[in-house]
Amino acid sequence: MAATCEPNQNPWLSHSVRIAGITREIPGVLTLDLEFEDSARAATWAFRPGQFTMLYVPGVGESAISISGDAADTGRIRQTIRDAGNVTHSLTGLPIGATIGLRGPFGSSWPVDECRGRDVILVAGGIGLAPLRPVIYHMLHHRQQYQELTLIVGARDPALLLYPGEFEHWRTQGLNIIPTVDHADESWRGGVGVVTTVLERLWLRSPAETMLMTCGPEVMMWYTMQTALGRGIPAGSLFLSMERNMNCAIALCGHCQFGPYFLCREGPVFRFEQLRSILRIDDL
Amino acid sequence: MTESAAVPGIVAPAMNSGDSSDFIGNRRPESFLLRDDLQLLMRRLQEDGYTIVGPKVDQDAIVYGELTGVSDLPQGWTDQQQPGKYRLVPRDDQRMFGYVPGPHSWKQFLFPPSAIVATAQRVGSSWQMSTQDEPAPRYAFLGVRSCELSAIAIQDKVFLGGAFVDPHYEQRRDAVLLIAVNCTQAAPVCFCTSMKTGPRCQSGFDLALTEIDTGFLVEIGSERGRLLVEALPLRPAVSEEIRAGERGRADAERQVTKQMNTEGLHDLLLEQLKSPHWETVAERCLSCTNCTMVCPTCFCSSVTEVSDLSGDRVQRERQWDSCFNVDFSRVNGIPSRDSISSRYRQWLTHKLATWQDQFGTSGCVGCGRCITWCPPGIDLTEEVRTLRQLAESPQLTAAIGETASSSLPPNTAPQNTTEGRG
Repeated sequence: MAATCEPNQNPWLSHSVRIAGITREIPGVLTLDLEFEDSARAATWAFRPGQFTMLYVPGVGESAISISGDAADTGRIRQTIRDAGNVTHSLTGLPIGATIGLRGPFGSSWPVDECRGRDVILVAGGIGLAPLRPVIYHMLHHRQQYQELTLIVGARDPALLLYPGEFEHWRTQGLNIIPTVDHADESWRGGVGVVTTVLERLWLRSPAETMLMTCGPEVMMWYTMQTALGRGIPAGSLFLSMERNMNCAIALCGHCQFGPYFLCREGPVFRFEQLRSILRIDDL
Repeated sequence: MTESAAVPGIVAPAMNSGDSSDFIGNRRPESFLLRDDLQLLMRRLQEDGYTIVGPKVDQDAIVYGELTGVSDLPQGWTDQQQPGKYRLVPRDDQRMFGYVPGPHSWKQFLFPPSAIVATAQRVGSSWQMSTQDEPAPRYAFLGVRSCELSAIAIQDKVFLGGAFVDPHYEQRRDAVLLIAVNCTQAAPVCFCTSMKTGPRCQSGFDLALTEIDTGFLVEIGSERGRLLVEALPLRPAVSEEIRAGERGRADAERQVTKQMNTEGLHDLLLEQLKSPHWETVAERCLSCTNCTMVCPTCFCSSVTEVSDLSGDRVQRERQWDSCFNVDFSRVNGIPSRDSISSRYRQWLTHKLATWQDQFGTSGCVGCGRCITWCPPGIDLTEEVRTLRQLAESPQLTAAIGETASSSLPPNTAPQNTTEGRG
């Protein structure tokens, strides 16, 4: 699952990308459509679902952002960003036409090939749906390669669900979507409760043939794993995407270490078995 | 880069040139360089275009810096070291290398504390991004100790052994010439024999010297080393000189009294992640970062933005950082390692355990710098000893757990939350 961005190049080189589109998703979260200024770099661009890039605002800094777009869409790079720190604050305040820098893609990817012929459950919490969206696009493009496809997506309240405008289209293409919120309003017709409650009650055709990928707060992912194991899904079929401070993205700076791993290199996507013994150790 | 430097899986220090087979395990007989002729060696290096870096006295310590000649060396000086203490003291002879390494290490020349890795220049409404590709300095290191050769080999794995090679380290490492000097004394903080990194230089050097009163026994470690001494007035060492060199090297070996039991250390430490002992260390640790700054293998860094006044020209500056800084693990404003206990645990378990998972070698060479330069004198070998005792005695662990101010807090119950991640 290891990945490289143009291995022969100086790994510190950022490529200029222009903001070609901005989609406001939920409060504090937007998606940028990015296009390379250098057509030669655009021609070689490719990523695997789950990978991330380092987006760079000169004078402000870099931030690791997961790619939330369609890997088959080679003309532009879509990345969903939450306004959470200096760099992401700057990134979410730029106008269409602005130029920023991009390094990558980096990191490991979701097991879309390993999932072929299986049932697949995606469990997303909040903006954790962003790095899973490329998986949805990939599997719906190759729908016949997969069995049952289910997305359990949780949010604090209905207004904080990410990408709701795409749900109907995804459903018609064969994705079973189960949204659930902590606090419903009168118009809400989905479930109320945590994602694990949904997973607990989900009909499973064959747990041994089911794969699960999750992204969200660590505590949510941990209990999702426990619930999945309880439902009989093998530990080796569970995947999660982790987040830590990433500074260089090329396993040279030490920031993103988590136990024996560099999250930028062995991660961000891990098989649960890799992290099982260390995930619940505080402040690791 | 050097031929062997980036080969994964090689644990022993790599040879600096490709002709290692002549020398490994089949030591060449030593030659002898008269004390007064060391100047000729240094002049030769300068004529060959090298910038010589070696030991000198500065600010009451023996540090590494650029040398112009023999007179810059710390002739007649030595040091006294113990946990939390370093004193420069005069020797009763005129030895030039009669000291144990001080606060500096060679990493500051191969992996500079501050370096520009990239730049951005505003061009109209866009930015021109580029990398910094200046020619690297061509260093000759004079006085590299055996543990330091191992440290360089470890950093080779970090910076050259992965999918992404650091171009700054690579350029400097390719060009460097390594003149080692065997230790003839050791400090109470040294434990190279436990880490199997010394005190005798085994490989990875171009030349290795052993200082005796009248001059230097010279061992050639590479073709570059051989070419370097070709024009120097070397002569075969006589048996008296060889014996004096052996005595000096044996003195060093005998003086290494500190030991660290490394047997099963990887698993032992990772099984102690929840030990209350980390909290006990945290009561002494200042989280000052000294240990990571003086460590010859610690490689953590951060890139920050340096803008000119107009904001139109930005340099991306990489600086040494440390896992002891709170900001080091900050994500979206929240540090992953908010306590000193968690940061000390990260440092020690990385150095002695997970480093092996990452690079196939320990991250510790037993140089003792982190012990000497720790203000409260925390000695990692003692902490390892305690952790080993605790691992073997759960009752002892329980007793410490009761007295520690607060052990790592238990995990919170699942919250009904799906708040975002950035």
